[in-house]
Amino acid sequence: MHLSPDELIYWQYGAVKLNATILFTWVLMLILFISAKLFTRNIASELVRSRWQNSLEIIVLTIEQQVKSIGLNQPRAYMAFLGSLFLFIASANLLSIVPGYAAPTGSLSTTFALALCVFIAVPFFGIRTRGLRNYLASYTQPAFIMLPFNIIGELSRTLALAVRLFGNMMSGGMIIGILLVIAPFIFPVVMAALGLLTGMVQAYIFFVLAGVYIAAATSIEKTHVKQNSNKQININ
Amino acid sequence: MDSLTIIGMVSIITAGITMAIGSIGPAIAEGRAVAAALSAMAQQPDASSTITRTLFVGLAMIESTAIYCFVLSMILLFTNPFWSYFIENSTRG
Repeated sequence: MHLSPDELIYWQYGAVKLNATILFTWVLMLILFISAKLFTRNIASELVRSRWQNSLEIIVLTIEQQVKSIGLNQPRAYMAFLGSLFLFIASANLLSIVPGYAAPTGSLSTTFALALCVFIAVPFFGIRTRGLRNYLASYTQPAFIMLPFNIIGELSRTLALAVRLFGNMMSGGMIIGILLVIAPFIFPVVMAALGLLTGMVQAYIFFVLAGVYIAAATSIEKTHVKQNSNKQININ
Repeated sequence: MDSLTIIGMVSIITAGITMAIGSIGPAIAEGRAVAAALSAMAQQPDASSTITRTLFVGLAMIESTAIYCFVLSMILLFTNPFWSYFIENSTRG
């Protein structure tokens, strides 16, 4: 029984291995790249548009609306990072209905790489909007004694992000594998359908959490938050 | 008993206990979250789309606690580092 697609090795030359994780990540990157190129080849601004452009616009606008609802007021600045994160994970998880495909997100190395991207992107966006001094000062909020806890929190949430995605995808494959032994007729299909839902929800969660972390690092106006909380109290 | 038997036995028992205890908390939490979301939806049906979205995110985050336990028990069962260490030693020596 394979715990992760890292153990499926297709080609080996000395220490250089080509395992299923790398192979399917490349295939996925190719699919995303070529489809993006094809869909944006002749973009029209008139009312008559191709159906591919319409579907692409739906995806982009939905992601933009979601990013805005997280609390990032200028979603276009974060769309490139957050949107591609979501699209990559979602397509990696959804393609698992194709036979012979092993989701690269079921490998801890992929999910850890994605979590490291978030780990680097959070200070990057934070410093870009608030300046280096202000961003570093945010680690000593609300008191200076919280500095080590803030740093530990930063590290542990990266780990949690990676293990959450890995565990969910790995357990989906594992459950199907175990059910194939116990009840090989209909149940694995049901669990595969559930796995598709889980994959989509996990992609959404990864994307939302990355957005929330970035929003927390880039939030400048503290008075704004206070006003909002006052408003909520009044409503209640 | 030699150490391999002890390690195998303890690993299997610990994996079972990890899953058992580790799924109690998330199960209770998910039940409470769904109950709260249902009553909120009954009070405000207009906000059901927002509630559902937040509920799904919350459920998956709660579930990840159980998933951590699952990952740990899978490591104990299939890629146990202590087990492989002693296997290596016994074949060498």
